Amino acid sequence: MNQDFDVIVVGGGHAGCEAAAVAARMGVRVALVSFTRDGIGAMSCNPAIGGLGKGHLVREVDAFDGLIGRAADEAAIHYRMLNLSKGAAVQGPRVQADRTLYRRAIHRMLDELDGLSIVEGEVSSLILSGYRVDGIVMADGTKLMAQAVILATGTFLNGKLFRGEESVAGGRTGEAASLSLGEQIRGAGLPIARLKTGTPPRIDGRTVNWAELPEQPSDGEDWTMSPVTKSRTVPQVFCAVSRTNKQTHDIIRESLDRSPLFSGAIDAQGPRYCPSIEDKIHRFADRDSHQVFLEPEGLDTHLVYPNGISTSLPPDVQEAFVRTMSGLEQAEIVVPGYAVEYDHIDPRALDRSLKVRDLEGLYCAGQINGTTGYEEAAAQGLIAGIGAACVVQGKAALELDRSTSYMAVMIDDLVLQGVTEPYRMLTARAEYRLRLRADNATTRLSPVARELGCLGPERTAWFVNRSRERAEILRILEKDYGSEDLASAGLEVRRDGTRQSLFAWLRFPDVALDLLSQIEPDLSVSCSRLQAEIEEDARYAPYLERQEAELRDLRANEQITLDPAMDYGAIAGLSNEMVERLKAARPDTLAAASRVRGVTPAALAAILVHTRRKNARKAA
Amino acid sequence: MSAEDTIFALSSGQPPAAIAVLRVSGDRARDVLCNLTGSVPDERRASLVQVRDPDSDDLLDMALALWFPGPHTATGEDLAELHCHGGRAVVRAIESVLSKQTGLRKAEPGEFTRRAFANGRMDLAEAEGLSDLLFAETEIQRRSAMQMAGGSLSRQVEEWQKMLLALSAQVEAELDFSDEDDVVPAQLEKIRQSTGTLATTIGDILKRPRTEKLREGIRVVLGGPPNSGKSTLLNALVDREAAIVSDIAGTTRDVIEVPVALGGIPFLFVDTAGLRDEAGEEIEQIGIERAHKQFDQADVILWLGEEGQGPDSMALIELAARKDHPEHRKKSSGVLALSPITGEGMNDLVDLLIEKAADLLPADQQLSVNERQAGHLAAVHDHVSDIGTESDFLIIAENLRLARQELDALTGRASTEHMLDSLFGNFCIGK
Ligand SMILES: Cc1cc2nc3c(=O)[nH]c(=O)nc-3n(C[C@H](O)[C@H](O)[C@H](O)COP(=O)(O)OP(=O)(O)OC[C@H]3O[C@@H](n4cnc5c(N)ncnc54)[C@H](O)[C@@H]3O)c2cc1C
Repeated sequence: MNQDFDVIVVGGGHAGCEAAAVAARMGVRVALVSFTRDGIGAMSCNPAIGGLGKGHLVREVDAFDGLIGRAADEAAIHYRMLNLSKGAAVQGPRVQADRTLYRRAIHRMLDELDGLSIVEGEVSSLILSGYRVDGIVMADGTKLMAQAVILATGTFLNGKLFRGEESVAGGRTGEAASLSLGEQIRGAGLPIARLKTGTPPRIDGRTVNWAELPEQPSDGEDWTMSPVTKSRTVPQVFCAVSRTNKQTHDIIRESLDRSPLFSGAIDAQGPRYCPSIEDKIHRFADRDSHQVFLEPEGLDTHLVYPNGISTSLPPDVQEAFVRTMSGLEQAEIVVPGYAVEYDHIDPRALDRSLKVRDLEGLYCAGQINGTTGYEEAAAQGLIAGIGAACVVQGKAALELDRSTSYMAVMIDDLVLQGVTEPYRMLTARAEYRLRLRADNATTRLSPVARELGCLGPERTAWFVNRSRERAEILRILEKDYGSEDLASAGLEVRRDGTRQSLFAWLRFPDVALDLLSQIEPDLSVSCSRLQAEIEEDARYAPYLERQEAELRDLRANEQITLDPAMDYGAIAGLSNEMVERLKAARPDTLAAASRVRGVTPAALAAILVHTRRKNARKAA
Repeated sequence: MSAEDTIFALSSGQPPAAIAVLRVSGDRARDVLCNLTGSVPDERRASLVQVRDPDSDDLLDMALALWFPGPHTATGEDLAELHCHGGRAVVRAIESVLSKQTGLRKAEPGEFTRRAFANGRMDLAEAEGLSDLLFAETEIQRRSAMQMAGGSLSRQVEEWQKMLLALSAQVEAELDFSDEDDVVPAQLEKIRQSTGTLATTIGDILKRPRTEKLREGIRVVLGGPPNSGKSTLLNALVDREAAIVSDIAGTTRDVIEVPVALGGIPFLFVDTAGLRDEAGEEIEQIGIERAHKQFDQADVILWLGEEGQGPDSMALIELAARKDHPEHRKKSSGVLALSPITGEGMNDLVDLLIEKAADLLPADQQLSVNERQAGHLAAVHDHVSDIGTESDFLIIAENLRLARQELDALTGRASTEHMLDSLFGNFCIGK
């Protein structure tokens, strides 16, 4: 068949951009199709990138030479390292990004990629032949053929916007929903459900009384989202903090019946960790105040994003309650907040490359899979883009287990557990988080990224250099030294005769890598980030060792493959609930089955016995 | 559904007894029932049937037959039961007919339980309780096993799991949401208090004797030089209590082990080779070394030798055991003097042993665990104890996770998702 492209990506959000970019970096011909060229790289909601768990995802995508980290740096007007007082494994880099600069950076990076074409317009349907997808049809009738199609349409599938008593079809405010594609997908028998999310009103910063509010400046350090960004370049702005109060809560409480969330107009589940203000006041009635961060949306706009008051109350109520807060007494709302309800695919229908299991050539990435957030979308885009390109190029699929990355944790959670609310990354989801730090993402992932061909030439050179330096440092750190040697060099250790490797010494709080160069003059670290990474490695090394046995178990159970067509109903001892969950999740290995919610060790034993019997019968 | 054999076994105690229960589990259970009784009764209803040998049509017994179709049965498979008269002959006749049925074989020890576990009909702790129950020979063993099979360990573990989940939720909220003001900061002191209490509780349970002790019995080692009256005493104890002298292991010249139930409590009496100061021959020397090893493992040492010459051990009880003998030597006041020959003082000895046993066996209503379970609990103990000196929330979270995982290994259940549920139920999180 005559193919126009190898891979077609539908949707130019964070998922779509990463998918298209990584496929192009790997060398396949990609079309990125989106409603409007201008809308590509838009941030639909808050202008922040990173955060706890999310910052990890950004660094991991960046370790594959992805866009989001570098674009964030080009647009960052405010930096903050969350959890700075806690261990490095849970520190979350977060920036506020200027929307215009961000979009500009994304456009520039996409333009630089050979083999990537941008196509403007609506995709109205997929071209299906039997159980495979051959391409897409645009609203104007144009057909584009490709070996793989990646859907990254965000909240647009049958999207519906709610604001008070009004509701209209739409994907984002001012943008049309994707209805005909939505209908076709519903018709194709894919498992579809609905979720909702919301956004706060945007306020005109000129009407905020900043002088009255406590300021939160950018952190003044020199870290960046991507380690390849040399320095911070954009002017930094400060945020401010206001609070809701009793009066705010009274107004909201009185108007609850005018919110579509409470009137019954929306019954889809929203995120528990990103609740609307009306939800918070309803569910946690005992609290009399909530924090609201006022975050400027950019350098050349007056729009301010009040983080913490996402709402779908009618505009008059929004204005009334906003004005009860200190500093906001005169505030003008430029765009009222709203909620959006949309179709998503039950991600349990996907495999680990985010391909729809029962349809060849069709991948889904981003909010369409029931997640929320730019970072979650970007990471899925990357995975789907790699998956599709690997198929085109005949390469073995990328395999990552939960101990390697937050991305793998997310994918595993999605394809096994499905979602009951919009899925957001949390560090608590990663049981091996001690080894999954934001600061060691490159070390963890760039080697496989390089092998797959995901790294551009500049990144490759940077990575090779860095790896060489890291290996050299680690080699020197293998040398054994006694406590006397360290103490005489002025380091604070007890002279108790202990002799161990410098790496082991590095575990002590008063021993830092640069101080060790007094003993080993060859030890020089050109980069403070690399130094911090190695020091953290040393500090947590004993805990990582303790996890080794657990990881061996995990890997052993990952070797036990399960038949995807296994008839769980025929296994005695599984409750109906377990059977339902296992049927939907179709775990590929015993380890995966053990993670399906509600599956007990006894049930696992039953599954194992059943598998063994079947294999024995086959062999007989 | 199962490619495994259908199995059968006498699932009540050894005949003779009033009633004997024969159980058949597996795909063929229904056919077997049909072959032997001519019909299949209604599900889960006892019906009176004639049991016949299908080959000869001989009537074997009038019995109650029960039919439980799988998977919701004790083993998770199709299950049939025959409650017949418990005479030896009847039971043997029915067993032999059963073993002639195609696809049917006698169950291995513990096989019913193993299938129940494999088919998800019970968790590990319950399965262990049940297997102990099958072993239980004495009253007190039976009660302790019943406790475990009834899930009292599982229930306790579940409570701990809940507590650890709640703590994890607090710590995770601190780690994932501390930058959002709606989270109450996790309180290190409170967390340490809770984990400290848990460590103490588990520490106490670990100090208790293991349930294996119930199965193996209290080890009472008789010690003293040759001809100090050890065998006489042992024989007297055994005769007196119609002991279950099931297997006499290691009947070598050096060690004899005899299980005896006294007052419903299992004991294992161990007779060592005679101890002599200057061992004459080499073989004797080995015997003596073994005797010392026995003393180390003893729960109670009954010392029949010269006063003060016994091994240095907390478990030692001095006895003057030959009150009737011309060579009888009195020991200090307070030392029990007795004669196995005349029976004098024997009741006092039995009382003394039962009293000792009370400290050495899991108390009746007390939770006790076996070695495997103790292994997991010891790990939980270590992980939660570590929290006492830790202030890095990341490490505290890791310790809590590891502790929860060890508890999971005990019985199953709980996951990160549970923890998150608990987290979101308790805190107003997010902007
Ligand atoms: C109102 C709202 C509130 C949100 N609130 C939050 C929040 O509080 N916190 C948070 O973390 N995240 C929030 N998000 C989520 C975050 O914006 C998304 O999760 C993330 O942007 C999803 O990225 P995506 O790439 O999957 O989709 P999107 O960024 O939505 O991109 C989808 C793209 O697909 C294009 N497209 C769709 N259909 C078609 C078609 N048929 N043909 C051609 N092009 C098409 C669209 O034009 C768009 O460019 C919110 C999103 C919305 C809309």
